[in-house]
Amino acid sequence: MAKCIENLKIIEIKRLNQDFFILELIAEDKMPEMLPGQFVQVKVEGSPETFLRRPISIHNVDYGKNTLKLLIQLAGKGTTALSKLNNGDVLNIIYPLGNSFSMPSNGGRSLLVGGGCGIAPLLFLGSYLKSNGYTLDILLGFRNMDRIIEYDEYMKLGKVFLTTEDGSMGEKGFVTDHSLFLSNSYDMIYCCGPESMMKAIALFSKKNRITCEVSLENLMACGIGACLCCVVETRKGNLCTCVDGPVFNINELKW
Amino acid sequence: MVNLGFSIGDLNFKNPVLTASGTFGYGTEYADFIDVSRLGGIVVKGTTLEPREGNPYPRMAETPSGMLNAVGLQNKGIDYFEKNIYPRISGVDTNIIVNVNGSYVKDYVALAERINELEKIPAIELNISCPNVKMGGMAFGTNPDSAREVTRAVRKVYSKILIVKLSPNVTNIVDFAKITEEEGADSLSLINTLLGMSVDTIKMKPALSTITGGLSGPAIKPIALRMVWQVAKAVKIPVIGIGGIMTTSDAIEFMLAGASAVQIGTASFIDPQISVKILEGINDYLNAKGFSDVKDIIGYINRT
Repeated sequence: MAKCIENLKIIEIKRLNQDFFILELIAEDKMPEMLPGQFVQVKVEGSPETFLRRPISIHNVDYGKNTLKLLIQLAGKGTTALSKLNNGDVLNIIYPLGNSFSMPSNGGRSLLVGGGCGIAPLLFLGSYLKSNGYTLDILLGFRNMDRIIEYDEYMKLGKVFLTTEDGSMGEKGFVTDHSLFLSNSYDMIYCCGPESMMKAIALFSKKNRITCEVSLENLMACGIGACLCCVVETRKGNLCTCVDGPVFNINELKW
Repeated sequence: MVNLGFSIGDLNFKNPVLTASGTFGYGTEYADFIDVSRLGGIVVKGTTLEPREGNPYPRMAETPSGMLNAVGLQNKGIDYFEKNIYPRISGVDTNIIVNVNGSYVKDYVALAERINELEKIPAIELNISCPNVKMGGMAFGTNPDSAREVTRAVRKVYSKILIVKLSPNVTNIVDFAKITEEEGADSLSLINTLLGMSVDTIKMKPALSTITGGLSGPAIKPIALRMVWQVAKAVKIPVIGIGGIMTTSDAIEFMLAGASAVQIGTASFIDPQISVKILEGINDYLNAKGFSDVKDIIGYINRT
């Protein structure tokens, strides 16, 4: 799959809450095929403080409209600058980058687990799984009720379970505490979120012999495997999160 | 028609735009974005005799107008290079230059001997300036005796074009330029990264696992330019300018100050097509200024 560098036009900026917003971008030429788990490298113009591109996962793709969505958390100067753009503004992006989630091997049930910004790639993954005939449940963890985002979108894909740290909605606690694990069995777990959450899910999956893939978000410079800055320690040595990942089977990692 | 070619010794380059080691992989990483054979040369990732894992993550930090890296020469070693990478890149119609590293003089020598046998590698860049390894690297390039010893030893065994990459982390870079020229370097490339650091105030710890790392990007350009200007005046061999080149105008500055060629580094991370854009930009600049040969502008500001 060839990577390309293109100017995409912003057609919508949707503020979800104080921390999150969605950029919807349209391409002039036909967009390349993208796979769930892949990301784009966005150039942030106009400030010496935001020198490098920002790697952002693909939240969803609409080939019919020739658009893609990025779910972005306000985390620093780069994402703040992106949140201040307007409809019609142009973003220079390099895409599609990285590997992708693999499909469940035996066509069984999947669970998608996301927390915070980590829910971003799971919408694209869920849509992809659903359109390919797989059954899935979705488990999302948030700090509290006010932080819940994109709930309706995930509802379209399967049964959605929630946890909040304060119990204001769904079950109280972290995703790994959720009661769904008591009554359900899964053949595949996909997880993206804070490292502590992914490690907990990885441990659970290992104990229960469930295949598990996680998506990492290491700091990156180039995004194309040239600079070797974004490495993660694996059983095969240091691998680049940008080209060998961002998706890794937990058995590859030294977790 | 503008002549963009230049040469180091008997090695001809089709144009003066090369890519810097550690920022361009083996060239294949950029093949989706540009025809890499249009470049004057590709300096591939720093290579060592043995495979190396590099430094622990995090090994990168963004800084104003630049970045720090502490990759630490992660590479699969010369055996892997020769068997798996060399066959893939040796057909590319440009000068492929291997950046050579080691912990001891004997490592540099052994590696240079191996690469001397590779028919499609016409030159090496002797890296005596990597700031991110515990042994070797910058230790050679910041001590005049060590710089002399390693250059002399490699020159004895390496018969093709020898480029020495100098460290800016010295009091007077001209001393190192003169020493390595005396010991038989065919060309000098400068500068490698400047030693720097960054602290994460939220985590209250250094941003890099190694605490210090190498600063690159436009933040270092004025320093690099000054050093290239000093060195170009002091030596007779061609100088290759490196350091924060982001635009055509940046590249031209280096050439007017005395660089026969330039290497594009960190800029390729932000725009993977920038090297070719700069190449086209140099051509346009020469046309606009009425020069028919790129050599006419090399060291232009030093002529009176």
